[in-house]
Amino acid sequence: MRYIEPHGHMVSRVTDDYVNMVTAGCAAVCEPAFWAGFDRSSPDGFFDYFKQLTEYEPKRAAKFGLPHYCWLCINPKESEDVRLAEEVIALIPQFLNAPGVLGIGEIGLNKNSRNELKVLEMHIDLAARHDQLILVHTPHLEDKWKGTKLILDALKNDRRVKPERVIVDHVEEHTVKLVLDAGHWGGMTLYPESKCTAARAIDILDTMGTDRLWMNSACDWGVSVPLAVPYAALEMRKRGYTPGQIDQFVFGNPARFMSQTAKFKMPE
Amino acid sequence: MEARAKLIDVAAFLDRVDRASGPGDFRWTALRGALAELASEKSGRAERVLLALSDPTLEPLAAAPGKGAAGAWPGKSA
Ligand SMILES: [Zn+2]
Repeated sequence: MRYIEPHGHMVSRVTDDYVNMVTAGCAAVCEPAFWAGFDRSSPDGFFDYFKQLTEYEPKRAAKFGLPHYCWLCINPKESEDVRLAEEVIALIPQFLNAPGVLGIGEIGLNKNSRNELKVLEMHIDLAARHDQLILVHTPHLEDKWKGTKLILDALKNDRRVKPERVIVDHVEEHTVKLVLDAGHWGGMTLYPESKCTAARAIDILDTMGTDRLWMNSACDWGVSVPLAVPYAALEMRKRGYTPGQIDQFVFGNPARFMSQTAKFKMPE
Repeated sequence: MEARAKLIDVAAFLDRVDRASGPGDFRWTALRGALAELASEKSGRAERVLLALSDPTLEPLAAAPGKGAAGAWPGKSA
């Protein structure tokens, strides 16, 4: 089996995870910029993080023959400080030509505050000015429905945004239709705690179809499973999806979305 | 088997809360409300449980109250 991990925070993972992912058939990994688990104290912290994402991490993955791509932004969890966000966003253009940068992400909302929304709009503007793909994080738990509605409005309000060039991540049963109806792609995040299980993700496929959807582990420094996508592929097999349909979903779909930028090279 | 195990887990959790003391919690009220969906005959239960636990408003907050989430909406007064 081959698959693409479209959302993994690999800087937080150990090298053994790369070994296991490649062994399980991972053909490419894509890493959105994330919150470090603590607030960075200055734009310099982000500069170093962007260097790590664009220079060091691709080399670490390459040791196992794994292509590594990334997305850049200041994460919504650090977006309450608009001034800091402005300074960080000003750093991003100098990294956009790096070979592995797919676009701007994961931007979005966390607690649905006015400042988070302002920073989201700044990121959408940055992506539009530089013709970048967008990867959006939606809030968790009780904030998700409202956050998804606000994010979809913000995307719609910027007429430069092409809906099919935006993936809205962490969709669940109550938000997936909103996202797909707006013309975007939807990401289903498979978490052992608090989010979508493999069984629920496949339920969503059964009811919504497989077009414009992908699955990811969003593995990070918290409780998460880097092999969540191949485990979910096993669940697809149990439900009667053919090997061809599984390949189309776990490899073909992420490849189709990311091929909208020439930076993404189709894995061998 | 899996659904059976999860159902018993929820039942045991409710019993555990009965045995506990202390002040009430908005999450408890929200959970009790969402539980009613399990007995519903109508499809779409997962979506309705999620919506029952969601903030239904659309006005952005004046400021983010920290970073974490509670699992249920505390209501307009909170
Ligand atoms: Zn993430």
